[in-house]
Amino acid sequence: MARKAVAKTAKSNVPELSKEQELAAYREMLLIRRFEEKAGQMYGMGLIGGFCHLYIGQEAVVTGVTMASQKGKDAQITGYRDHGHMLVMGLDPKGVMAELTGRQGGLSKGKGGSMHMFSNEHRFYGGNGIVGAQVSLGTGLAFASKYRGDNTVSISYFGDGAANQGQVYESFNMAKLWNLPAVYIVENNRYGMGTSVERASGQPDFSKRGISFGIEGEQVDGMDVRMTYDAAKRAIEHARSGKGPYILEMLTYRYRGHSMSDPAKYRSKDEVSTMRAEHDPIEQVKQRILEKRYGTEESLKELETEIRAIVTEAADFATSDPEPAASELWTDIYAA
Amino acid sequence: MPTILMPALSPTMEEGKLSKWLVKEGDTVKPGDVLAEIETDKATMEVESVDSGVVQKLIVPEGTEGVKVNAPIALVLGEGEVPGDAEANSAQLKPVDVAPVKVESTDTVPAAPAGVTPVAILEAASDPDLPAGVEMVEMTVRQALNEAMAEEMRRDKDIFLMGEEVAEYQGAYKISQNLLQEFGPERVVDTPITEHGFAGLAVGAAFAGLRPIVEFMTWNFAMQAIDQIINSAAKQLYMSGGQVTAPIVFRGPNGAAARVGAQHSQDYSAWYSHVPGLYVVAPYSAADAKGLLKAAIRSNNPIVFLENEILYGSTGLVPKVDDYVLPIGKARIARQGKDVTIVSFSMGMRYATQATEKLVAAGVDVELIDLRTLRPMDTKTVIESVKKTGRLVTVEEGWPQGGIGAELSAVVTAGAFDYLDAPPTRVTGKDVPMPYAANLEKLALPNVDEVIAAVNAVTYRS
Ligand SMILES: Cc1ncc(C[n+]2csc(CCOP(=O)(O)OP(=O)(O)O)c2C)c(N)n1
Ligand SMILES: [Mg+2]
Repeated sequence: MARKAVAKTAKSNVPELSKEQELAAYREMLLIRRFEEKAGQMYGMGLIGGFCHLYIGQEAVVTGVTMASQKGKDAQITGYRDHGHMLVMGLDPKGVMAELTGRQGGLSKGKGGSMHMFSNEHRFYGGNGIVGAQVSLGTGLAFASKYRGDNTVSISYFGDGAANQGQVYESFNMAKLWNLPAVYIVENNRYGMGTSVERASGQPDFSKRGISFGIEGEQVDGMDVRMTYDAAKRAIEHARSGKGPYILEMLTYRYRGHSMSDPAKYRSKDEVSTMRAEHDPIEQVKQRILEKRYGTEESLKELETEIRAIVTEAADFATSDPEPAASELWTDIYAA
Repeated sequence: MPTILMPALSPTMEEGKLSKWLVKEGDTVKPGDVLAEIETDKATMEVESVDSGVVQKLIVPEGTEGVKVNAPIALVLGEGEVPGDAEANSAQLKPVDVAPVKVESTDTVPAAPAGVTPVAILEAASDPDLPAGVEMVEMTVRQALNEAMAEEMRRDKDIFLMGEEVAEYQGAYKISQNLLQEFGPERVVDTPITEHGFAGLAVGAAFAGLRPIVEFMTWNFAMQAIDQIINSAAKQLYMSGGQVTAPIVFRGPNGAAARVGAQHSQDYSAWYSHVPGLYVVAPYSAADAKGLLKAAIRSNNPIVFLENEILYGSTGLVPKVDDYVLPIGKARIARQGKDVTIVSFSMGMRYATQATEKLVAAGVDVELIDLRTLRPMDTKTVIESVKKTGRLVTVEEGWPQGGIGAELSAVVTAGAFDYLDAPPTRVTGKDVPMPYAANLEKLALPNVDEVIAAVNAVTYRS
């Protein structure tokens, strides 16, 4: 079974993060958590429509990987569970939340929605609704890096479900064939909607999915930001140094339903509460910060207050900002 | 066959040079023996003997240029054959050497068997008569679709359902509720998220004689699989000269749901209706959903069955008969009238029906037609109607260019030109990707007021 790495958290060989890194990771993850909780509430109030896929539980994946990347230079791309990626990459929480509510100040002027947000400035390429499509697109971003010789890397995130799409393997082959600087992050949260990995995958160890293409892979405890950071550093370095693609399977977990409506019959309440109680990525960092005296209960409380203020501001903006002008219906269809 | 013909080296070769004979008259040859060498300006080739026999005559001397493809070049007599047979055979072949394989451009394409357009190859039967006093049961479109699948699966063990979340989850939109419980995991199959793969797999299973129902979680995701639907399923019968059928139903919700944005809100009606070899069904009412899905499952053709998420919960009356099967390819006249013809299907019928109610109240005698099937399209019913009303308004959620409304406009322009009192007019989704913002999404979709405005325009009321 492919869950060993999660059980290994307390083992030795765990890379250490510096005080600054621990504090930064805590802050980023807390921002995602509080932002997503707020989004969930706003969905319940009818302020957000359609699909809304929350990232709660998986925060350590994108946080560790992004810390290991060159922010703003390396490209990142993911699917529809994308709010956390944008927050960690430094996109404005107000713009993200306003996109969720479909307002003119949203990152896509309200025209994209929860699943479709992008930022050229931050080199974030979405925000993609078709399961698996981001893997080929991300490989294309890597192709462009190599073509230009700009020494950047492309990081593509996709789920355990997406890992079964054919185009993932077409992309793996090209990435290795042309030694593209592509890092593939499989966010294995154990389920694709209501289907567990075991019910969907002949080979449930996704870190091995590159073997026949000659691509190295690792299974990583995706709940521990030290591990995600450390593995991502290796993978990114591998890609940046011209050795070609690399696969990281992050063993993680989503606490919430797939989207907002989810029958939650495919897993036990117990499974969810055990993961929350024993592997919560934020709690783990918090404990270390306190143990190592990188911070105190008070300083962390202050941080919490600061984060809540950011989220409240984003929510206020997203509810008071007007809807896009009707004329926006007809813009942005063709480039000038 | 004793006559050796000039072979072709390529599909475009019309003539060549017989450069050398490697046998003489009177030689005995076996299969595989090289008889001659021929050449064109691009290539050379050896002509082998297919049968054994004796070379009786070399008709074309070696070194001859411009020998036409298919012209007899030699006579080889098999054992027991007499020269007379060979002469007779070569005489029979006479027309061949004056008729090269090329198709003359003056050849005419034979007309399609029947109907106004080549597509309307079947004259669909009318809906079956219902027994007097038949009980009508109120149910949702969702239940109707579920019943249709369950009834057909009970009838025929070769029918199975596959798709994402169809089994244990009971269907992403609950259309397959309880089917796993009744038919088991061999016949209700959860797939990985691999649309291209499982669509192809199902088509292959259909080639082998099974009757798959493939559920796409939504038709948006079937774009991953469209190659297998069109290149493998739709064309198979034709490519195999009528040998291999692909009895398969591809079904799932099509069109806009609510607030799910550009990649999840698209109407594929026109896309699939373009493709010969497919039947495309798009029901609106619960009764039609049931009767047409049963018909689709029974059909020996690949069927694209377009449902609509918003309509899943809407209710209607479904006749309680043992086997409610409706004809594919037949439109339903939802309301008879004489002033204007409104044609729609699926979700468009909701706008059209509401507009019709208002228009009738305002004194406009609307004839409302629900196409139900988009291919083959019941053009006859539409043309007959327009001949009566002189006006056509079409309603659909899809984009205007190349849409169902565009097709209907061409159909009535060709079939009822002299009867038209106004230009055929389309109400469609706006020509933009679907926006997420609530206000923009509303503007992007067609609505009741737009249908009323179109009717007012073609009836010159203001
Ligand atoms: C091509 C395609 N098929 C199906 C869907 C519907 N869908 C959306 S998310 C999802 C599950 C994906 O699971 P996974 O890749 O594990 O990512 P997770 O949601 O767990 O983050 C499915 C089936 C889709 N969006 N695109
Ligand atoms: Mg998953």
